[in-house]
Amino acid sequence: MTIIEETSSVPTPRSGDSDTTPLLEVRDLHVEFHTRDGVAKAVNGVNYSVSSGETLAVLGESGSGKSVTAQAIMGILDMPPGSIPQGQILYRGQDMLTMSYEERRKIRGRKIAMIFQDALSSLNPVLSVGYQLGEMYRVHEGLSRKAAKAKAIELMERVNIPAAKARVNDYPHQFSGGMRQRIMIAMALALEPDLIIADEPTTALDVTVQAQVMDLLADLQREFNMGLILITHDLGVVADVADKIAVMYAGRIVETAPVHELYKRPAHPYTRGLLDSIPRLDQKGQELYAIKGLPPNLLKIPAGCAFNPRCPKAQDICRTDVPVLDPVTEQDGTELPGRGSACHFWKETIHG
Amino acid sequence: MPEPEPPKDEGAIAPTGTGGTMDLATSDGAGLEGLDQGDGKGPDEKARSLWSDAWRDLRRNPVFIISGLIILFLVFIAIWPQAIASGNPLSCNLSKAQQGSQPGHPFGFTAQGCDVYTRTVYGARASVTVGVCATLGVAIVGTVLGGLAGFFGGFSDSILSRVTDIFFGIPVVLGGLVLLSVVTSSSVWPVVGFMVLLGWPQISRIARGSVITIKQNDFVQAARALGASNSRMMLRHVLPNAVAPVIVVATIALGTYIALEATLSYLGVGLKPPSVSWGIDISDASKFIRNAPHMLLWPAGALAITVLAFIMLGDAVRDALDPKLR
Repeated sequence: MTIIEETSSVPTPRSGDSDTTPLLEVRDLHVEFHTRDGVAKAVNGVNYSVSSGETLAVLGESGSGKSVTAQAIMGILDMPPGSIPQGQILYRGQDMLTMSYEERRKIRGRKIAMIFQDALSSLNPVLSVGYQLGEMYRVHEGLSRKAAKAKAIELMERVNIPAAKARVNDYPHQFSGGMRQRIMIAMALALEPDLIIADEPTTALDVTVQAQVMDLLADLQREFNMGLILITHDLGVVADVADKIAVMYAGRIVETAPVHELYKRPAHPYTRGLLDSIPRLDQKGQELYAIKGLPPNLLKIPAGCAFNPRCPKAQDICRTDVPVLDPVTEQDGTELPGRGSACHFWKETIHG
Repeated sequence: MPEPEPPKDEGAIAPTGTGGTMDLATSDGAGLEGLDQGDGKGPDEKARSLWSDAWRDLRRNPVFIISGLIILFLVFIAIWPQAIASGNPLSCNLSKAQQGSQPGHPFGFTAQGCDVYTRTVYGARASVTVGVCATLGVAIVGTVLGGLAGFFGGFSDSILSRVTDIFFGIPVVLGGLVLLSVVTSSSVWPVVGFMVLLGWPQISRIARGSVITIKQNDFVQAARALGASNSRMMLRHVLPNAVAPVIVVATIALGTYIALEATLSYLGVGLKPPSVSWGIDISDASKFIRNAPHMLLWPAGALAITVLAFIMLGDAVRDALDPKLR
């Protein structure tokens, strides 16, 4: 395990090399799970891309396919029952789905790393955190035990873990939730990857710690000019951190937009529903809005627009035709860069 | 297990820039450390792993101490029987057949006129060798096969599970009578081999189940996501977490393998003379139980104590490794 690719050890400036091809591009990705009850279509044609230094937030309810997409990118889907019948995942223009197992494994951790939701269960309980952090260097860069431990302490300091030297031999259960999540972040950061996928990194944490962890993540991203895919269902978390947002519903992207545009003027009824269901101080005492109904069963996604049974604006066309992700424009036709909506009535939604 | 949850509150770390944060964090750290040490840990105490925790528990457990001492003694006389028995277990004098206790021969003589004490001491070697070797073999074969099946799943798992079922269906004593009756060697190895052959499915099932449970943990996925190879995931992340139940069952099984060796020897298919084994002596003595019960009681007693010691040890180890079972 001593083969080191040229970009793995030194943080090379990455601004110049990604102007033409994005760091990661997902093209028309489909993921299915073959279950006893039939084929569950978890992801149905997702497209998105991330460049260096950019943060993409993928937003959606449970079961919308956001985590499955991330797992497909990392190559940690359980196959079977999962399968990828269609689509491409391009890392710097190379399709990872056609790579060999070893090639992909070398990308994992070194080029693309992942932060998991529940840091306690994501850390091995029988190994000390120092060992687990050092393992990154030992496996990928062939460092000695001692050098790896020194690196581990350095990493722990970088993610603001107090008394790193004293705690490097502690076990995961001896850390608090926020500290554990920092260790997960440190582990993902270890080899200074180009891209980090954070799958609901703050969901298991309480609110004050959430903010700290998000700030830390944002700082480190800026420092290393990494791409970041932030998967979350929390609209509050993404507002400060993300550059652009992709909203997922039933395995499709229903809306994409730069972060502030989305909050200001949603172009999809689902996004609007999500925004309306955030509790607001000025509406104290009133009933909180909720999107009616439940997310669709992935074994039988409704015909037409998957959101139609819950959509207040649904018309006949929504029950028959699947809307494609159309570019969203101003009323006078001027383009809004980066915006798209998969709704037959996006014009009415954004302008009406 | 030590108290798992230090206080949630990390203090008010509000990272604005890396330089500034470090200072904040370290000054905050002093307070945190103090809190941590407040909950029952001495300041110098090192972090404890599952194994060091288990060892702490074991050292305080009288069951472990008693069984451990018995086993140490057994292992000692198995390696060096001359230390406490000066005679030769194979030198017999028919004129003394079936005689009871005499000076220099505290346990009396066998039907062939051999010294029961010497034979009982020397018999430990066969029992301990068979028990330890069979257990090691079973544990290794079972863990490897069961672990691989559990880790990779799918087709290989189905095949292995069916093979396991087939081996489970073979009655041990009947299998022994059939398979070992064709063996003429008087060494312990055919017996050990037979026990491994019929014993591995038990461990394999446990290892498989344990590996499947551990494999589903997030930390295994995390290891995969961070670029660990299959062998690293198996050896570093799955195995250390999955091995505890295997150790427990194997320790308890060790006692039963010793008993099984005696059973097979009693039936005449295990160890054969001139090997010295408690099973052979019990078998020989059983014909004379009315005239000379001492010939039976000493080797049978030694066997019972040995089996009991290993089963007690297994219990103590299980309690230490899985405190929830208590």
